[in-house]
Amino acid sequence: MIIAIPVEKDAKESLVSEHFGRSNYFLIYNTEEQEYKFIENSAAKSSGGAGIKAAQIVVDENAEVLVSPQLGQNAADVINEAKIKIYKAQVGTIKENLQALEEEKLKLLSEVHEGYHGN
Amino acid sequence: MGIKGKKIAVLSGKGGTGKTLVSVNLATLISEANYVDCDIEEPNGYLFLKPKNIKTEKVTREVPLINHDKCTGCKKCVEFCKFNALAYTSKLIVFENICHSCGGCMLVCPEGALSTKEREIGRIEIGKSSGVNTYTGFLKIGEPSGTPIIEKLLDRVSTSPLTSIIDAPPGSACTTMDSIKDADYCILVAEPTIFGAHNLEMVYDLVELFEKPFGVVLNKTLDGENPSKDLCVEKDMKILLEIPFDEELGRINSKGHILINESKKYKEMFGVLLNKITKEVGR
Amino acid sequence: MKELLILSGKGGTGKTTIAGAFIKLAQAQAFADCDVDAPNLHLSMELKDEAKVKDFHGMDKAYINQDKCISCGICKENCKFKAINYDGDKNKYTINPYGCEGCSVCQFLCPEDAISMEKDVAGQLILYDKEQIFSTAKLKMGSGNSGLLVSEVKKQVKSTNRGIEFSIIDGSPGIGCPVIASITGVDMILLVAEPTISGISDLMRIIDTANHFKVPMVLTINKYDINEDLSKKIEAICREKEIDFVGKIPYDKKAVEAVNKRLTIVDIDCQAGKSIKKVFDKTMNLFLKNKENE
Repeated sequence: MIIAIPVEKDAKESLVSEHFGRSNYFLIYNTEEQEYKFIENSAAKSSGGAGIKAAQIVVDENAEVLVSPQLGQNAADVINEAKIKIYKAQVGTIKENLQALEEEKLKLLSEVHEGYHGN
Repeated sequence: MGIKGKKIAVLSGKGGTGKTLVSVNLATLISEANYVDCDIEEPNGYLFLKPKNIKTEKVTREVPLINHDKCTGCKKCVEFCKFNALAYTSKLIVFENICHSCGGCMLVCPEGALSTKEREIGRIEIGKSSGVNTYTGFLKIGEPSGTPIIEKLLDRVSTSPLTSIIDAPPGSACTTMDSIKDADYCILVAEPTIFGAHNLEMVYDLVELFEKPFGVVLNKTLDGENPSKDLCVEKDMKILLEIPFDEELGRINSKGHILINESKKYKEMFGVLLNKITKEVGR
Repeated sequence: MKELLILSGKGGTGKTTIAGAFIKLAQAQAFADCDVDAPNLHLSMELKDEAKVKDFHGMDKAYINQDKCISCGICKENCKFKAINYDGDKNKYTINPYGCEGCSVCQFLCPEDAISMEKDVAGQLILYDKEQIFSTAKLKMGSGNSGLLVSEVKKQVKSTNRGIEFSIIDGSPGIGCPVIASITGVDMILLVAEPTISGISDLMRIIDTANHFKVPMVLTINKYDINEDLSKKIEAICREKEIDFVGKIPYDKKAVEAVNKRLTIVDIDCQAGKSIKKVFDKTMNLFLKNKENE
């Protein structure tokens, strides 16, 4: 299974990012291979629609699960259309979140905010 | 002769300084004139002019219409869009609220899968208030850009033989620029606070950039310091009129009444202003 | 960090005057001016240290390389924003940077590859962060992109990460992008209403705008004695829309005096200042009470 998580730094010890659309990197974690792949989030420097572009990146990486602290409406539309499951991230490290996900301790992200409207 | 057929824009850097007060009263005094409200986020002039026989015209912009049968999922449009308004999962999705209507996606699509459809962004209302033709723009809440509405408003009066008074939005951002683009003369309205002076300087820079002849109306003046007046002196800006702070004026205005219709004193004052403007525009 | 945003719809109702007073009374450690088009809050705040200024880039803008350009005019024909000018005398095409929205259609269509997209400074982000945190920005004249700049102003406050309890944000007039960007994520909005026909009309539009975001709103009437009938009307609107009414403030000439002395209205002895103190107490009570419920 491929899991995507927005993260602060491109290192295994990194904290999960507060943002989705403008996070610095995305972790693409493959549970079978136990492989960590970090990709720079090119959406972060967008003038607008960063959430949508970031969502496209997650879709293009063939993620099946997204663990994110929050998500704007537009980004959520893309992720939902791709039938990717979204879990609410806990404040903390990658490790803590991956563990919580495995132990089924993470909740589904139910509250989607209005978004920053093209920002 | 004079100001007939001319476009006079009224602007201020700061909100609440008296743009609409000046615009509405000037238009009313000229009596056979156009009043154009380009403050499409919060239009107010029509509340004073109370126009009748209102005709409404929708204003739209073009957004992509997807033909999913023709779309092959190549994602050239997704990659091209600088606004990130398109995404592709199992099918192509367009985010109309983010789309800037540039038409680029349709040009890059190799399959001809994108055409256009209209999206409503607001409306203009055209009415009549005695001899004044009123043109009011309304931006739909949530829409990012009102430029097409302002363009439509100005287009309606572009060849008019009457004087057009253009009530511009506050500030100096793109909608203000759009509003004064075709102006023959600009009136800058300022209040006597350092906030007012600070923002007056902004619109001064704007009219200088556009090389528009202009004059200043100092509103709500009080005894004591007037930083806006000081700025006018410093930058050699022509002061057309000083309107002293007056509670009575505030009261009349608060009720949505037109000042010059209720007060001889102000009718005369605006008469003096109109003469000065006519002279300036005539140069 | 909780955020209190001050909005009005109409300009000139007293947002900045009230924001300045609140910041002083709360001894707020963090505050921001989101009126990036016409920022004024800094004029009332004693800012001792030097600001950190950062360029803010909006969309890239198109640029025509005249050496490669063959004046075919295809770019101008296809520019939906009328941002390409043609000088007939010189047979020259140039981009108007004020109109250009950075879509890059012209670059795509140019048969001579004569158009490039260049970084453009759309404004500046300003941050004071020695003792208090004050975040603001100035948008360059004629720019669009104000929504993003407002988001950046708010982000700047949060990024200082000092465990500050709350921040007070002076919003911008209108209902457009910058206002919407300022509303997202805030915990409470204080609406400053003015008892005039225009003021009420504008108030209704900002209430509609804010309602989309389901952020709790409270309302104060400034300069209420200009028209007491309309003030009562506004109070009725509050009841109808279920907005907490937190009090009213009389018109006070001393406000002008305070502003011009670069003081907040609670720095001088006056009626308005006394009333604002009461409005402040009521507002902060609701603002911080909400916080406890989380």
